[in-house]
Amino acid sequence: MLTLYNPICSLYNPIYYTTIMAVEYDGGVVIGADSRTTTGAYIANRVTDKLTPIHDRIFCCRSGSAADTQAIADVVTYQLGFHSIELDEAPLVQTAANLFKASCYRYREELMAGIIVAGWDKRRGGQVYTVPVGGMLVRQPVSVGGSGSTYIYGYMDSNYKPNMTKDQCLRLVSGALSLAMERDGSSGGVVRLAAISETGVDRQVILGNQLPKWSTA
Amino acid sequence: MDISKRPQTFERQKGFSNTVRTEQVSTRPATYYLSGAKIKRFKMLEESSEPGWLSEEVKTGTTIIAIEFDGGVVLGSDSRVSAGETVVNRVMNKLSLLHDKIYCALSGSAADAQTIAEMVNYQLDVHSIEVGEDPQVRSAATLVKNISYKYKEELSAHLIVAGWDKRGGGQVYVTLNGLLSRQPFAVGGSGSAYVYGFVDAEYRKAMSKEDCQQFVVNTLSLAMSRDGSSGGVAYLVTIDEKGAEEKCILGNELPTFYDQ
Repeated sequence: MLTLYNPICSLYNPIYYTTIMAVEYDGGVVIGADSRTTTGAYIANRVTDKLTPIHDRIFCCRSGSAADTQAIADVVTYQLGFHSIELDEAPLVQTAANLFKASCYRYREELMAGIIVAGWDKRRGGQVYTVPVGGMLVRQPVSVGGSGSTYIYGYMDSNYKPNMTKDQCLRLVSGALSLAMERDGSSGGVVRLAAISETGVDRQVILGNQLPKWSTA
Repeated sequence: MDISKRPQTFERQKGFSNTVRTEQVSTRPATYYLSGAKIKRFKMLEESSEPGWLSEEVKTGTTIIAIEFDGGVVLGSDSRVSAGETVVNRVMNKLSLLHDKIYCALSGSAADAQTIAEMVNYQLDVHSIEVGEDPQVRSAATLVKNISYKYKEELSAHLIVAGWDKRGGGQVYVTLNGLLSRQPFAVGGSGSAYVYGFVDAEYRKAMSKEDCQQFVVNTLSLAMSRDGSSGGVAYLVTIDEKGAEEKCILGNELPTFYDQ
């Protein structure tokens, strides 16, 4: 996963070496991401929004190549919008996840995209599906992705419990992201959160000085 | 090139049929690693049906941790040594004694780490006879650091040195690549990447001895469940003024988490 940044040449490859996370709770999901886009050592965008709406109640968290994930997300948004008009009702999160998987698997050699699809639908409530590099699809109650995710597997395993409330999930996600941003040089900036439920999407931004602090910091 | 690393070829007779075929097989002695070593894979000239541990020279994994409390330190490690996909030792104790109240946790190349520990054990014995009392933890860490720094191009081992002495109480030192730094706690090995978030969140200043032991066991259990190269049992050593107490926690006694 090399990125080459040549300030003279205009060719550069913006990458989301990132930390993304999604947790489901009874009634919806909470998703979160950091906000750093890097091209080599230069931070091209320090306030990126990696939480992209695919439909009214379905979002995706993007990691990997910025161009690849934006292109896939655009394609899936179009396909899902068309499908939902044909169906005449809100699409299922599983449908969106399978559309992501179809694109990521078919073009797996050319793409570098790790995506977490999360949302709410009336059949199964809050759901989190992860489509990592390579094009696998698996549903998990909680999922982390991106380069910073390795540092928070232990934190996530020990602090996630089934049947948490929305506020507990928000605290878990913001705590985990701030820990990952602390340790991973490729993640940083602000923490963007979104809580998706039947009533709608509630987005928030936690700025650097408002992040949870830990005693080793 | 080191003579032990030169590939040896021999002919092997294969098959029970009348036509006996000979097969050229290239072998080299396996080198076992605890964690963290970046070694190029040995490219076989022809396909071989040997098990991985005869020919593979791959990095293996470890999780080691040391934490100080008021009055001593707690060290912990997993017990897996693997070469390629094979686990060649599932019960290795990676916490090795440097002196009565100073231990070190080994990671990286197993041979390098064990040799460093033996050398420093000897040097500390001589030093403690010369000064007439127990050595300081800082002295042990400096001896490890000197070896790591002088031979940093040839060695690939990372030792965490921890112990108790009467001048400074419990102390933990990291000696990665030849630096020397004292820290309230330290984690190392391939499994440590997965628990940085957990230890950052859970560590609090002024924890008691039992809290530290529980913290170490939880950390090892989380790392062993996520890192394929760490596993087996957990070894714990608690060092305080009275001495060192070793403990082994079997796999089924380790704490479990939501998906287990």
